[in-house]
Amino acid sequence: MRPVYLDNNATTMVAPEVKEAIIPLLEEEYGNPSSMHGLGGRSGKYLSEAREKVAAGLGCEPSEIIFTSCGTEGDNTAIHSAIESQPTKKHIITTRVEHPAVLNVAKHLERKGYEITLLGVDSEGRMDPDHLREAIRPDTALVSVMYANNESGVISPIEELVEITKERGVLFHTDAVQAVGKIPLDLKKLPVDYLVLSGHKIHAPKGVGALYLRRNTPFRPFMLGGHQELGRRGGTENIPGIVGLGVAMDLAVSHIDEENTRVRAMRDRLEKGLMASIPDAMINGVEAARLPNTLSIAFKYIEGEAMLLLLDQFKICASSGSACTSGSLEPSHVLRAMGVPFTYAHGSLRFSLSVYNTDEDIDLVLKELPPIISRLREFSPFRRGDEGLDWVDDH
Amino acid sequence: MWEYTDKVREHFLNPKNSGTIEGDDTVVGEVGSLSCGDALRLFLKIDDNGVIEDAKFQTFGCASAIASSSVLTEMVKGMTVEDAEKVSNQDIADALGGLPKEKMHCSVMGQEALEDAIRCYRGEEAAPAPEGEIVCKCFGVTDLQIKRAVIDNKLTTLEEVTNFTKAGGGCEDCHERIGEIIDEIRFGVTELDLKPLVVEPVKLTNIKRFQLVSQTIDEEIRPALHKDGGDIELIDIEGTEVIVSLRGACVGCPSSGVTLKDFVERRLKETVEEAITVREA
Repeated sequence: MRPVYLDNNATTMVAPEVKEAIIPLLEEEYGNPSSMHGLGGRSGKYLSEAREKVAAGLGCEPSEIIFTSCGTEGDNTAIHSAIESQPTKKHIITTRVEHPAVLNVAKHLERKGYEITLLGVDSEGRMDPDHLREAIRPDTALVSVMYANNESGVISPIEELVEITKERGVLFHTDAVQAVGKIPLDLKKLPVDYLVLSGHKIHAPKGVGALYLRRNTPFRPFMLGGHQELGRRGGTENIPGIVGLGVAMDLAVSHIDEENTRVRAMRDRLEKGLMASIPDAMINGVEAARLPNTLSIAFKYIEGEAMLLLLDQFKICASSGSACTSGSLEPSHVLRAMGVPFTYAHGSLRFSLSVYNTDEDIDLVLKELPPIISRLREFSPFRRGDEGLDWVDDH
Repeated sequence: MWEYTDKVREHFLNPKNSGTIEGDDTVVGEVGSLSCGDALRLFLKIDDNGVIEDAKFQTFGCASAIASSSVLTEMVKGMTVEDAEKVSNQDIADALGGLPKEKMHCSVMGQEALEDAIRCYRGEEAAPAPEGEIVCKCFGVTDLQIKRAVIDNKLTTLEEVTNFTKAGGGCEDCHERIGEIIDEIRFGVTELDLKPLVVEPVKLTNIKRFQLVSQTIDEEIRPALHKDGGDIELIDIEGTEVIVSLRGACVGCPSSGVTLKDFVERRLKETVEEAITVREA
């Protein structure tokens, strides 16, 4: 029985077309693109073709693409580059709901003497562009705002944010790891300076990503080494991964319409079905513009990990923003930034779909999840009407 | 994904004794809160002879919390209150074949709920506010709760304290204070004790130095290490270099380097002379 995989914001299956394209590179086409022989030359050609595909998918020039090992490396490189190239500017603006690949870099830089402004979001996960306008200072080196949130799926008002930073001459970086392949994205119309994507979120293998670097944007390499990537990222290129990313980017572009029609319809059916059959549930970010594939739903009085393990009995794969799934002791920083009460935050589930999901997958969740919720609520010491009790301590 | 034992999985998937018990001879223990992410309400029915006839639970929490609650009710059924009082969080974890270290606080929750129910049985205040100074504001954990966890479970690191008590698992502001508490328990010294003594800079003879080093090790350092199951032996003194050998639980302890530098050497510098250095034979 195949798993009902609804955890695509965590990672995706490798697409069959991607797998097929990679196999020859693992078998006979193993040359190093820097080598001066035919085998190396062919690898160099694969590399160029993949760069063209990724650039075409983003609406930019191939020379503006730097291949990386993952989204985290792309985010680290962009932030590092922005501050290294403007040594007198010591202020960075980002948001409370960023991925740790940005938030932990910001924390690190704060310890090194940088001042960090963390912009908040409202209860729907939306940020207010006016807050950015107010936060920018003459010494602001970089604004870093994710394109779409990995947990809530809420899409940032990127166009407006970029416009504000351009007016003030500030560099703009966006972590677009969750946006690529799910919503249309055209860098000809969106003048961001740095944009990051990750292969394994769009059906390429793990271990490959890309950083878009707008032409003439200041750049300092993060990975120092050989001349690879025009000296912008040392290290022998991961040719199988890069070729896989190129094919995956082609597929992602071709899937955008389906993401926004069939996938969105499946997500909406799941959302409506769960809300109709399970009391004391809420959708996180329901009023906001959201990715078509993401549903963050929270159930009162129960805890997320227990739900995930019971769903796993039916081979249903999802995620939770509860503390217990992460090794942390506090629930998701994204849900807390949105002000989701603890009553719900601990009981959150994230379903993230892909074009490989079917109506039968949704049917199975709609059938199996309501009894799981009922069962766990039977064990729970909390009930409706308990909110006033001391030991509930909801906030 | 956490690696759970088959017993944890079994008690989570098919919990024993979930539910409530009604009646005048029932006592209830309550621990945790929604904000902390887990809570347990334990019901005990105790007969006239002080024997636990029945036990049930309601739990809000993860698989470990539910499994800990379930196995606890199985363990205490048929026990006298006096015997139940001796059940420790480690007993609960052991009965489950172990818990991931990050989940040990679930077993602590079981032990605390049991204690709360027994207090209720004895007519004491059912859920007294934890005594002591609040160290971890995020999870409301006091210094006394941390000290108890450190002593009962022989904890030596901040990470372990967080795993057992949740203290330090939020904003991290209390990490330094938790470190101090661990040192106080492990080394038997307080901040006051660690203040440098006023020692006149006198040139020691080899015999006098040997006497002072030996005396400090015997009277202060060894007793402190004994508390943690460890020991130390003075091997030799070459000039101002003191050569020692760690024994007992200190052997192979990942923190032994810290023990030698931050405790043994520091104390000898304070009580004997500043030039002292310590190395392991």
